[in-house]
Amino acid sequence: MGPHSSPRHLDKTTLGFFLVQVLTGLSSAASLFLVAAGLSLIFGVTRVVNFAHGSFYMLGAYFGLTLVALFGDWFGRGHLSFWSAILCAALVVGAIGALVEMTILRRIYRSPELFQLVATFGVILVIQDLALWGWGPEDKLGPRAPDLRGAVFILGQPLPRYDLVLIAAGPVVLGLLWLLLNRTRFGILVRAATIDREMVGALGVNQAWLFTGVFFLGSFLAGLGGALQLPKGGADLLMDFTVLAGAFVVVVVGGMGSITGAFLAAVLIGQLQAWGVLLLPQSTLVMMFLVMAVVLVVRPFGLLGRPELVGHGRQMLDDPLRPTSWRFKGLVLLLVLGLAAAPLYLGTYGLVLLIDILILALFATALHAIIGPGGLVSFGHAAFFGGGAYAAALLVKYAGTPMALNLVLAPPAAALLAIVIGWFCVRLSGVYFAMLTLAFAQIVWSVVFQWGEVTGGDDGILGLWRAPWVRGRIAYYYLVLGCCVAGILALRHGLSSPFGYALRAGRDSPLRAEAIGIDVRRQQWAAFTLSGAFAGLAGGLYAYSKGSVFPNEMAIVRSFDGIIMVFFGGVQHLSGPLAGAAALTWLKDSLLRLEMWRLLLGLAVIAIVILFPQGIAGFLKQRFGRFVGIRSELSS
Amino acid sequence: MTGGPVLEADGLSKSFGGVQAVRGMSLAVAPGELVALIGPNGAGKSTCFNMLMGQLRGDAGRVRIMGEDVTGWPPRKIWRRGVGRTFQITQILPSFTVRENVQLALLSHQGKLFDVVTRARRAQSDVADALLQRVGIVGFAERACGLLAYGDLKRVELAIALANRPKVLLMDEPTAGMAPAERIALMELTAGIAKADGVGVLFTEHDMDVVFGHADRIMVMHRGSLIAEGTPLEVRDDPEVRAVYLGSSLDPEGP
Amino acid sequence: MKPLLELAGVSAAYLGAKILFDLDLSLADGEVVALVGRNGAGKSTLIKTVMGIQVRRSGSIRYDGQDIVRLPAHAIARLGVGYVPEERRVFGDLTILENLEVGRQPPRQGAPVWTTEALFEIFPNLEELRHRPAGQTSGGEQQMLAIARTLMGNPRLVLLDEPSEGLAPVIVEQMAAAVGKLKSQGLSVLLSEQNLRFAGVVADRAYVIESGHIRFSGSMQGLIENADVRRAHLSV
Repeated sequence: MGPHSSPRHLDKTTLGFFLVQVLTGLSSAASLFLVAAGLSLIFGVTRVVNFAHGSFYMLGAYFGLTLVALFGDWFGRGHLSFWSAILCAALVVGAIGALVEMTILRRIYRSPELFQLVATFGVILVIQDLALWGWGPEDKLGPRAPDLRGAVFILGQPLPRYDLVLIAAGPVVLGLLWLLLNRTRFGILVRAATIDREMVGALGVNQAWLFTGVFFLGSFLAGLGGALQLPKGGADLLMDFTVLAGAFVVVVVGGMGSITGAFLAAVLIGQLQAWGVLLLPQSTLVMMFLVMAVVLVVRPFGLLGRPELVGHGRQMLDDPLRPTSWRFKGLVLLLVLGLAAAPLYLGTYGLVLLIDILILALFATALHAIIGPGGLVSFGHAAFFGGGAYAAALLVKYAGTPMALNLVLAPPAAALLAIVIGWFCVRLSGVYFAMLTLAFAQIVWSVVFQWGEVTGGDDGILGLWRAPWVRGRIAYYYLVLGCCVAGILALRHGLSSPFGYALRAGRDSPLRAEAIGIDVRRQQWAAFTLSGAFAGLAGGLYAYSKGSVFPNEMAIVRSFDGIIMVFFGGVQHLSGPLAGAAALTWLKDSLLRLEMWRLLLGLAVIAIVILFPQGIAGFLKQRFGRFVGIRSELSS
Repeated sequence: MTGGPVLEADGLSKSFGGVQAVRGMSLAVAPGELVALIGPNGAGKSTCFNMLMGQLRGDAGRVRIMGEDVTGWPPRKIWRRGVGRTFQITQILPSFTVRENVQLALLSHQGKLFDVVTRARRAQSDVADALLQRVGIVGFAERACGLLAYGDLKRVELAIALANRPKVLLMDEPTAGMAPAERIALMELTAGIAKADGVGVLFTEHDMDVVFGHADRIMVMHRGSLIAEGTPLEVRDDPEVRAVYLGSSLDPEGP
Repeated sequence: MKPLLELAGVSAAYLGAKILFDLDLSLADGEVVALVGRNGAGKSTLIKTVMGIQVRRSGSIRYDGQDIVRLPAHAIARLGVGYVPEERRVFGDLTILENLEVGRQPPRQGAPVWTTEALFEIFPNLEELRHRPAGQTSGGEQQMLAIARTLMGNPRLVLLDEPSEGLAPVIVEQMAAAVGKLKSQGLSVLLSEQNLRFAGVVADRAYVIESGHIRFSGSMQGLIENADVRRAHLSV
């Protein structure tokens, strides 16, 4: 072994292979970067986390598809035609983004910051149905870019020619964005508004105009990302959520609000994906998670990020917890009695629906505990709901344990998951927390989805037979009723205990909480874990209600449903989740039979957010609270 | 030994991005003593306060509470050693009632923050009410804190700060935003408590009536350093203090 | 002469707490008026009330004959009202020149037109620092930048919130000179100030505010000579 021997081992093929692998990673970073940069820009200025950003990306792909074909017919299939179609697709998406801002978000900027998210969920649903309606359900193959078919050979290794375009796209867009942000008045105003938008307004800049402009730009970038990847990835109806989790990871790793950080993170994640596919094909998402975890432990605000600025947004205050009046207790008792008598007046269908409502009410109450009193908006609670469901299912499949034991073990299993995820997440707050929980939930989902040998993957796990004593629908209904009522009451009680008070104190004023000896993070971590346990119970009950589990139980949509229920009901009210669960489940059930139910549901969500910013429970409290001896004190 | 300082700081320094906010501050507060820390805005008073309370980590220097070195401890641990604090911008819990604000501090003092069984509302309401009585707002016990007037919030803060029977009170502009009569009443109350319980009080203040009327000793900061220290009379006549802070031509009681 | 700014029966609340009660105030074109009073008396709230930020306000606020009480802050700024906040609120990541660019508005009738060059003459320190991020400048420089940034909007009326607060005496002198220059250019200034000495040098008239009410109004000289008022509401 001499000093000269090692370079000889790096022969041409190996070197070429490494090089191509790196380049593949760079090319897959492009779209991710474009989407993440748009997300980051929009958040920086408007403080809105635009969940519909993945939808804009998807629209970019679909419009690109249509426009490339159309321009091809009109102007021939040359370079100019193709590239102007891609650009126009992005412009159209930018215009759609601006339209969404003007028609929906502009009405709710004065609401609490995270409230606007719910509206963007609504937009996701609307766009999903419109895309389905416009382009059909089947996956579309992307058009080839003219003269960029085939591959180039690098040291003998093939690299798709189009990848070169994508590799160039990232740095080019980064450079153009830098010029825009640093060399134009618009860019300077955007940067100033990111720091202090109220002051920008006091200097005579109309924020409405600035916000619309930023939304246009951000959506344009997402659309461009979607259209640019067409020749590589095509278009399908799932790409909105697929890209969203990746973009969140990129934004969190790069640092919220930092475009350069987003670029670095996208490159990092791109490399990870390229090498991960090679080394551990089943675990690319898990590796993404590991990288994110490491980055966040070392730098809690990402590679180039800074601590979240405290916004000047309006804060909504809860009323203090008051002893529940006898009238209100009577009302609750009546409700429980009414539910207990349900099998007498409801048919099978109604009962099944009611089981769903009860289980989701428990889930929403658990989620609400961390969102409302905890002040931490978790976008990943489906991980715990699904975690409980899968814990029960896996026990059945591999241990054959009885139902009762499985239902008892589901909450601790979910809690265990929450302990791990919570340890990372409670270091952050606000939007960072929200994104991180969502990213973690996506990772748990992908483990379940990809690890087919153990979890059954997409096929789920079937055969969760109920114990003989609850085999019948009605008997099971009573079990669910008992568990859910007990769970909801326990959660409510927990919030009025010293533990719940200390949790709420950390939300009300972290400074004050610390100054009276409360370790805010530890309190939040414990609450997150408890909340996860109750979500796990709901998941277990759900699994046995359906007799099977599928990865859907922990998908983003489930987390979103939880959030919508909590916000529908009203974050400031302990009874909110109950009302929200009932309303959403009923709404979904009645719309599901219609064509384009997502569109209708999305519009309903948007309407409710705009019309009832205090939620259903808040509205009821305002109107009828007097009858049961409760009144609004702080929310005027 | 009784009479030894309850709070001591030695050579505290802190800089932010190359700017020295506090340099070499040392101070000591004896039991029952009211010490005022004054100086122009940006002199480093708040930075100094935040280092004493553990909110900020200093670049150099030590902090001792009743002889124990607490340098680098987080605020919650320092609180447990017997330091109560009120904030420049009041930090109360707006979604709790006045009584609950105090109850929670009492619960924390007893180490019951992870109790999920009992009801917080029922915990030691008599002790809480006694504290509220002491600061004169027991009549508001049931009110939501978010609805209180600013002057009353300052009193709630004082009651919270007293919940763990502190030996040290750190008060950042305790009377800001209060009417003149309220200011005097609050400071007399504080002085009474300090003397009765042997609590050492360190406070910053911009209202010179409060400072000269109630402080036993005054420390003057300017550009991060201590420029004068002494009794109110000594400080009032200090030429440097007059030049950088008190001014001369417009002082009604001046020459 | 018709006042440039006129408040009648103005009340204002901040975060739900009522801070100002039924205030009347007026300011003539070209006049420098000081609001004096203690910390927390309501001076800053009054300035924010005119500008329309962070407060809920009622009553009548007329600027140049137009009622502005329902207008958003950016519209008020566009009418020619410049605002320099107490905390300065310069954009820390932006360079001095970029900060000035944010403030830039088209020229306005009846108001002096400012360019960066003209501003650098009044605030020579800023010129040397023009490519430096504002966050890396001293408190005094930030205060000058905050004023210069507002002047880039070519205002007729400038609202200065606590311009001398926390500044070294030397800088306070420069600040007083700068306000003097604005006045000589024909600008009107409404400033809040705790430092009576500073107010005495720059202001023509003064209002004393205590607990959200106006307790005294008159010429600056009259206030300085009125020991009773000073002792009751201002005693420093």
